[in-house]
Amino acid sequence: MSSQIQDDVQLAKSPSLGDLFIQFLIIGAVSFGGGIIAYERILLVEKRKWLSEDEFMAYLAISQTMPGLNSVNLAVLAGDHLRGALGAITATLGLIFPGSLLVLGFGMIYASASDHPSINFILAGIAAAATGLLAAITYKIGDTHWRHVKSLAIIVCTFILMSIFKLALPYVILIMAPISIYLYRPGQTQ
Amino acid sequence: MSLLIHLAWTFALLSVLAVGGGTAVLPEMQTILAHQFGIDHTQFVHIYSVGQLAPGPNMLMVLVIGYQIAGLIGAGVVLLSFFLPSSLMCFYMGRLWNRFGENPWRRSIQNALEPISIGLMSSGVYAVAKASVVSGITLALALVTLYLILRTKINPVLVILGSGGFGALLMAYLK
Repeated sequence: MSSQIQDDVQLAKSPSLGDLFIQFLIIGAVSFGGGIIAYERILLVEKRKWLSEDEFMAYLAISQTMPGLNSVNLAVLAGDHLRGALGAITATLGLIFPGSLLVLGFGMIYASASDHPSINFILAGIAAAATGLLAAITYKIGDTHWRHVKSLAIIVCTFILMSIFKLALPYVILIMAPISIYLYRPGQTQ
Repeated sequence: MSLLIHLAWTFALLSVLAVGGGTAVLPEMQTILAHQFGIDHTQFVHIYSVGQLAPGPNMLMVLVIGYQIAGLIGAGVVLLSFFLPSSLMCFYMGRLWNRFGENPWRRSIQNALEPISIGLMSSGVYAVAKASVVSGITLALALVTLYLILRTKINPVLVILGSGGFGALLMAYLK
């Protein structure tokens, strides 16, 4: 009986590559409008219990610290955890496949129709809304950072170097990262 | 061929600089594409915006940029060079992590990178807004979207489609 349970746990822990691909493919296909991390959490922690809540939070933290898209990084880490390097590749490909096809379709239409005047009106409306969306997302992600003097100072300095002084991004990061890491070194309060 | 190598190098660099997510490199991407690849700001913002309608990771629109510059091969080159370098770094960091475990410096570095990433995203908003908010109407559409996303639970895709539809209606009315 107990070995039966152990087998079940083992089974739940290591999905086949095909299953891994399909599950991430579903997320990649239904996550219209963002919120992709939430879909990944539901899959990994709740639906299939492939990761414990703790493991998920640890991987999310690494995803956020490393460069790259958080949702893609999380797929890499979860895939590696479940099925090694092949799992990482499989999960990532599943995640980006549906959106890539759709985006390429849009791109082909855009390339052939962008000089049509009516398309331009629609695109102007879409672009205005996308700007509003990006502003809203930036505001939400900023969360408590907008109210902390230290964070706000770093946000403002980064913005000025990038948008006003128009420094190239590598320089902005080379200047701001050491300052910021010093300010947030272990033992400092927020 | 040299165009593809240039494209690959550009997006690989953007990939490893994307601290806190892809939107942090939007302003840099916009500048480089305008100066070195002839994608003007309006085109860039159109491609970015239409990309927001697709599901999946929100920077898949880089494929369209690759497609515009060098066709399907360009799209493939951009896909690999934008997603592979950062994914490899994360893969190896994940493995190191499992070996060394929790460390106070990881929290510090994450805390330190967050405000930088928010500053870069703010620059992204500024860069995108300069190319998309070009009239009273587009300003109104952007502000209404900002309000709806912050105050309601409506799916952003519907808001963006609605705004595009409004633009089309307006055009029909003006004609």
